[in-house]
Amino acid sequence: MARQPELQVQQKREVEGKPEGTIPARMFLPVTDIFETDQALTLVMEMPGVDKNNVDVRVENDVLTIEGRIDFSKYEGLQPVYTEYNVGNYARSFQISSKIEQDQISAELGDGIMRLILPKAAKAKPRKIKVS
Amino acid sequence: MVSRFTDPFEALFALQRGLESRLASDWMGSGTAAMGSYPPINIFQRGDDFVAVVELPGVDKKELQIEAKENTIRISGQKSINYDEGASVHRRERVSGVFDRTLSIPVNIDPDAIRAEYRDGVLALFIPRAERERPRTIRIT
Repeated sequence: MARQPELQVQQKREVEGKPEGTIPARMFLPVTDIFETDQALTLVMEMPGVDKNNVDVRVENDVLTIEGRIDFSKYEGLQPVYTEYNVGNYARSFQISSKIEQDQISAELGDGIMRLILPKAAKAKPRKIKVS
Repeated sequence: MVSRFTDPFEALFALQRGLESRLASDWMGSGTAAMGSYPPINIFQRGDDFVAVVELPGVDKKELQIEAKENTIRISGQKSINYDEGASVHRRERVSGVFDRTLSIPVNIDPDAIRAEYRDGVLALFIPRAERERPRTIRIT
């Protein structure tokens, strides 16, 4: 079995540009993988510290927006002595096409990983073309 | 700096500033346990004790090992990513692999009493200070 590579630290990327938040706190972009199968497009996003009750997924004008809020009350009474990363809420948007069944998007969250399944519309599924 | 505010947004901002101000502080000393290895760790003090918070999204609890001996804590494991069969990738930002990191806490701790909790991709280690290190009140007679 091939040995897996050693994991490297990824710096968190902050949300930049519009729309600007109304609160001064910093927001981060969840690290995301997107892959496609014949049936659907799958988005896998890392949002450590986000509970499934604190996440919003919505589609508006063909834009899919995901927002996750961390429960920072857990940090109350804790005094930082040594830190290597910052924490904050997460937000990211993606433009999606009409080839997605927008009302059938499903999402699940576990161990800080959000998995969104975007089913393709029937017309967007690939057809095998027979060579005669 | 202990964050205790009534306005939750102000509290989050204060927490972020607090974390920022201790970014890679010299509290850990110049030990052999390097900073910058995976996974990134934040260490907090609560009363006499410590809490280490580690973000490990997508790591299976069964693939995570924590060992403690004297003042060192070792966190090792692996993070695997499985794509569906036959999937074509549009965007790949997540990383997978193995990790093994040792922390040396510059204070005497009680390694037998460390408690670990993993929830929503975040590992919290509750590290009590060694009994003999606890500050004692000296009574004036």
